Order: sequence, then structure tokens, then C-alpha cells
Amino acid sequence: MSKVLEIRWHGRGGQGAKTASLLLADVAFNTGKFVQGFPEYGPERMGAPITAYNRISDTQIRVHSNIYDPEYVIVVDETLLTSVDVTKGLQKNGAIIVNTEKTSDEVRPFLNSYEGRVFTIDARKISVAALGKYFPNMPMLASIVKVAEVMDEKAFLEEMRGSFKHKFASKPEVIEGNMKALEMSLQEVK
Amino acid sequence: MSKKVSEMYTETSKWKELTPGCDIYVAGTSKEFRTGDWRTDMPIFIVEKCKQCLLCVPACPDSSIPVKDGKRGEFDLDHCKGCGICVKACPFDAIKMIKEEK
Amino acid sequence: MSIRERLSGNEAVAIAMRQINPDVMPAFPITPSTEIPQYFSSFVANGLVDTEFVTVESEHSAMSAAIGAEAAGARTLTATSSCGLALMWEELYVAASNRLPIALALVNRALSGPININADHSDSMGARDSGWIQIYSENNQEAYDNFVQAYRIAEHADVRLPIMICQDGFITSHAVENINLLEDDIVKNFVGEYEPENYLLNNKTSMAVGPYATPAFYMEAKRAQSQGMNNAKQVILDVAKEFKTISGREYGLFEEYKLDDAETAIVILSSAAGTAKDAIDKLRSEGKKVGLLKIRVFRPFPAEEIAQALKNCKAIAVMDRSEGFNSQGGPVCAEVKSGLYNIDEKPLVVNYVYGLGGRDVKVESIEEVYAALDKIVADKTVGEGYRYLSIRE
Repeated sequence: MSKVLEIRWHGRGGQGAKTASLLLADVAFNTGKFVQGFPEYGPERMGAPITAYNRISDTQIRVHSNIYDPEYVIVVDETLLTSVDVTKGLQKNGAIIVNTEKTSDEVRPFLNSYEGRVFTIDARKISVAALGKYFPNMPMLASIVKVAEVMDEKAFLEEMRGSFKHKFASKPEVIEGNMKALEMSLQEVK
Repeated sequence: MSKKVSEMYTETSKWKELTPGCDIYVAGTSKEFRTGDWRTDMPIFIVEKCKQCLLCVPACPDSSIPVKDGKRGEFDLDHCKGCGICVKACPFDAIKMIKEEK
Repeated sequence: MSIRERLSGNEAVAIAMRQINPDVMPAFPITPSTEIPQYFSSFVANGLVDTEFVTVESEHSAMSAAIGAEAAGARTLTATSSCGLALMWEELYVAASNRLPIALALVNRALSGPININADHSDSMGARDSGWIQIYSENNQEAYDNFVQAYRIAEHADVRLPIMICQDGFITSHAVENINLLEDDIVKNFVGEYEPENYLLNNKTSMAVGPYATPAFYMEAKRAQSQGMNNAKQVILDVAKEFKTISGREYGLFEEYKLDDAETAIVILSSAAGTAKDAIDKLRSEGKKVGLLKIRVFRPFPAEEIAQALKNCKAIAVMDRSEGFNSQGGPVCAEVKSGLYNIDEKPLVVNYVYGLGGRDVKVESIEEVYAALDKIVADKTVGEGYRYLSIRE
């Protein structure tokens, strides 16, 4: 069995963590990989903690369970840090990315003594600057692509521009803002 | 539609001889069923008393009072079950029931 | 040329439906199959299909409308889950006994209660004796492939029965995974036009559907219906063979994975089979002779073939993703055991009820089952033959 990259997303209902996981699946798919993108389902409740998952592999993925020992964790909403055990099962040689205005050193005390790498990104600041609204999706997607080296950054941006042209065909004015959010995020995640 | 349903199926038909889902490919098959055989009392049409009001026609549960050119005719005794509802429907005593001799 | 895509199981089935371009789709939404009629209605609205989409007020009406449309001569399909299938119950029997080849996309979900929206097989297993052909899918690819093959099986003159293509709710219906789609015209040619011999809207002949059958006819009618199901086995294999020529993908009545020399094996349906394959590879790398039999076709049930495939195992675990409430185990185990009864050499059999109401099935969960089988082989006895997997004791 070849290695499967396993990623877990923590967010709140309505924030788009599921959409972000599907976007990541799209990006990896377009690089020729086998992918899975799926949420852990329950009744839909706006604001309730939700979990979503990605598997990315060079060979066909057969397993259909949730992910318990992810290599990467992405926290879309930092208020989850005090209520959800976001580092549960997270591999030491992996990393966690948190959406916060704090630095990684400031966040580390909230991560249950996690010893691996910690990255932070202020998705709110970037989103508001680039789009004028708070959509944490794009910054978090760009962060995981960079941190997990899912694909080359330049190729990623080209890929996303193509997909936005398709996705936002009826409102092309939002394409540049989203592209700006991605570009800024690639620089800002630390 | 010359074929009769009773020719398609009988109570000795084997399972391989049934149509899929027992579909029936002929129309008006209820005509073949002579419910007149069930009768014990028989209606008699007294034509002299009849005013051709036709109130008896829709009252008949077995459609056994034929109407032609706006006038009712003799009972269809192949299908009349002898229920007598037509007797109650007739305001002119133009129908009576008699015991049927078989 | 196949088309490399990534789709959820629901999207994949909706695309198969678009490629089939059926005449009528009556549907009522229910989680987790809602997306299927949702995607399909957008195909209707965008003119990609010329299907009559009928919005109905319940699943009972959805299946009633499907029966009416199919009897009228229209190729008809619908989709549902869980309580939706339960509400169709009466009509499922009518569809099958009237020999109407309706296709139904079933996204498996637990039946209440406690109320739950996640995967298990209690809905379709409850309908297993309704006279519908049942085919189970491991992933989005199989859900798509099985749906493309559905009408060729159901409409075949030797069969003429409705068909249910099942996949696990959320686990595959909502997971986006890689898939290879066939091109539209290839599917269209493979499925072909629906040309029923007799149908209600044929103005050249008269026809009555669904007549009353007295005791003098009822048993013969049922015997004739059962023959359609008996014939389905060969038709399913023939259709699979032809499907391979357009897709390169192979399907049988069941799939054997590393079963040839296996000493212990599990029998399982749908999405958990993929997880089990990973467990098997892991255990094989440790030198353990373990295998898997994944049932694809549950109705008709390939009892003899399954018994032959399992006869050389020392012990097997039959996995049921639904309860039977007979205090003996689930329906899959009952049928596998009855298939094994008449052969001389047979394995010891243990039944596991697992994955109810979406309980996650991990690679480790399956490894536990193989460990239990090792113990059964060592002890030469099954012990408790009716067990629950991953239950808090």
C-alpha cells in the first residue's frame, strides 16, 4: 500500500469546512491524484462543530472510514480550540493550521501539548481585505496546499483561476477577489 | 378482440401458461362473466306502464338495462343479478319481481 | 474513452440517470438520497433530458406513479432512502408482481428508531422479499456502473422485475471520490430503447394490468414471478459480461478478494468491503491467510455459488449491517448459512451485526473480526455465534 495523505477539517456548520474539503479534493484530483472528500454527517445545524475529511493518494482509495490519525488538521474557527480536541490522533510529524490572528507560539498552549508543527493564518483579515467579506474557505485551502505541499503554488493558482472561471461564470467580478485571497494566504500562513 | 379471457385462462392453466403479471390483453372481459346465473328473483318489464323516464337505468348496479335511441328496452338477463333496485327506482310500477323458475 | 471525474455517489447515479434519459421520474426527497432527484430535476430544467419529472406528495405516491408510468409503457425510475422506502412498501410488491421493470436508486439509511439519518441496510433488507432485484455497491463507481446495467437486467424478457441499486448513505452517497464515467452515447447504446411488448398506452391493443387473482390462480402467478427472479442470475452475468466490453470493469454475482487460499474470510456488502480490503492487505503482509467475499447481488441470492466459494475456509464471519430481530442474527447470515447447509465440507460461521445507524467501520474493526475468526479456528468451535461489532459493553 502506498502512503495516503490524511487531512481532517474542524469548522462550524455554515462556515464552509465541507466545501473547503471538497475544493481540496478538486485541487488534488486535478494533479492526477486519487482523492476522497467527505464530511462527518449529522443533522445540519448552523454553528455546531463539524468535521470533514480528505484522503489524497497515488493509488485507488478503498477505505471508507473516518480519519482518526490525520497527518494534517485544519481549524477553520479558533473558538473550537477550547471545545473540541482538535489534535486528537494528529501525527507528530504532521502539522496543524489554525485560523487566528495569534502567532503559532501564542496558539500552541491551546493545543494539548501537541509537539508537531503549528501554523497560523488570519483568514478573517485576508478575506476582508481581498473580498470585503469574511469567507475563511479560500485562505484555509491555500494554507493546506502550501503546508502539506499538495501541489506547486504557481500551478495551484492557475488551477484555481480556471476553476473560478467555471464556478463563477455568472458573477466574474468575484474571481479577482478570490484569487487575491489565495495569493495573500500563500504568503501569510506561518 | 375475438379472444375471450376464459380462453386465455382456466382453472387448469399451468403457471408457465400465465401472462407476465397476469396481464389481460382483451377489453370488456366482464361481459363474459354471466352474473345473471346468480339470480333468484327476476325483473319483469311492463312496457305499457313505462313512461321512458329512464330513472331505472342509472340505478341498476349491473348496467343491465340497455338504452337505445333514448328508450330503455328489455333487461339484459345475462348480467342482471335480480337485486330489485330498479323496482324501487320506478315511479310508475312498470317493473315487478317474480320468482325465477330455472 | 472513459471520462476521469471526481463525484459523490449521488452525483454519479444522477449522471447515469441523465445518460439513460428515462421517460418518467416521480420522486419525493429524503435524506441522504435527496440530491439524486435534485440533480436530476436540474437536468430536466436545463433540457439535458426529456424526462417527465413528477413531483409527488409522498414516497407511496412516488412508487404508485412509477407503477402507473411503467405500466403505461414509460421507462421509469425513482430514488429514495429509509422511511421513504418503508412508505413504498405496499407498492414495491405491486411493482414486482405486475412485472414492471422500474429502477430505484436506494441510498441506504437506517430505519427509525431512534431516529437516525446515517447508513445501514435495514431499509433494503426489510424489502428483500418484495420481489425486487437488489444490487449493492461498494463505492461511487459501482453505484454508477450498476445503475447503467440496471435496465438491461430488469427489462430482459426472461426477468421483467423491478431493480434496486443500493449504496451506503453518506459514506458513498456524499463522499467525493475518483470515478471513470462512460461517454453519453456509449451508455445510450448499451441501455438501448425501451420497447415493451405490451403496455397500456398502446392504442392497437387493449390491456388490463394488476387483476385480482383468486386462490385458483394466485399460486401459479407467484410461481411465474419467482421464475423471473430465478432467471435474473444468468441475465445479470450476461449483462455484466457485455458491460465489461464497454467499460473494462468486471462484475459478477459477488466479488472474491484474496479468497482462493484464505483460511478465514468475511462476507460483507457495500462500502465496508473497501475498508475490509485494506485490512486484508495489512494482515496478508503479516502472513495471515485472510480473504473476503463481497456480495453484489443479494436478490436473487446466489446461495450455491457463495457456498462453493466459501467451502474451503475454516471459519467465516458474515457481516450484517441490519438487525434481524430473530435473536439469531441478521438476514445476510441467515441466507449464507442456509446456502452452506447442504454442502458436506463447510466453514464454522459467526455472525456480526455492525455499522448500524452509521457506526463507523475502521480497518481496525475488521482486523478484530479476523482475530476472532483465528480464535474460532483454534478453539474448533464458534461459541457465541451472534455478536455485535464495535459495541460498548
